[in-house]
Amino acid sequence: MVSKGFSPLYPFLMSLLIFAGSVEFVSVNLLLGAFEPLAAFLGAFMLNARHLFYAISMLKPYSNTGWKKFYLIFGMCDESFAINSMTKVPEGVDHGWFMFFVTLLNHFYWVAGATLGALIGSALDLPTEGIEFVLPALFVVIFAEQWLNADAHGAAMTGLAASALCLFVFGTENFMIPSMLLILAIFALLKRRVHA
Amino acid sequence: MTMTVWQSVIMIAAIILATVLTRSLPFIIFSGGRQIPPFVNYLGKVLPFAVTGMLVVYSLKDAPFNAWHGAPEFICTALTLALHFWRRSMLLSIAGGTLAYMFLVQKVF
Repeated sequence: MVSKGFSPLYPFLMSLLIFAGSVEFVSVNLLLGAFEPLAAFLGAFMLNARHLFYAISMLKPYSNTGWKKFYLIFGMCDESFAINSMTKVPEGVDHGWFMFFVTLLNHFYWVAGATLGALIGSALDLPTEGIEFVLPALFVVIFAEQWLNADAHGAAMTGLAASALCLFVFGTENFMIPSMLLILAIFALLKRRVHA
Repeated sequence: MTMTVWQSVIMIAAIILATVLTRSLPFIIFSGGRQIPPFVNYLGKVLPFAVTGMLVVYSLKDAPFNAWHGAPEFICTALTLALHFWRRSMLLSIAGGTLAYMFLVQKVF
């Protein structure tokens, strides 16, 4: 963002308050464009629609966590959801606090990374090309871990196959919403016959 | 920058509102003593698995258009999986796959 003429305060505040990676990248372009708050709202909602799925999955785990629930919901980015939904909280550890700190650390690393990048990004010249592969690597590992822990693989295969099909049909920019609708439709039609 | 500071503050507020809404809507709908319908409960069980599959596809969506039609992504995804089935250590699998990818895109492809 600094390279596009914004003050370093922008990446700091945006990473702190939005805390959703893909949306933050898009908002840079939105801020450079026309002043259309409604379009920004709708765009961010569509782009983040997958969080509706996360929230449905976390209705139970996040219940009975008291005031921490508000922060858990606010901080439910891809990574927080992925870790909190798959980790088995060790015996004797309060699951609310455990998930709270997973989210808080995620949030902290994210803000620290964005701010440091803004302050010293151009001064450093590290060969970081390719480091973005941590994201697919994280998801692939979580997929493998869920696969090893599950008795049946119908749900995992549904997600993989439905989104691959939609990616092929709708292209990289527009496939997420169709993917989610297709996944919902498959689960609705084959209710209780697809298991996790 | 073409917007005034206040305009960009309003834009960012709209984006924050949308993000918080996607994360909280199901909690708001099913809050209080309201019974969660069985289908939503069922979704809560199967969606985490389906969503991970979707995120794998989402995070690799651009691979076919990258250098060598995604050969580095393909190799490093396979390596990440192999490392994970071998040692089952998340840190090792993620670090191994990412470092291999960085090496491939910087030095090989």
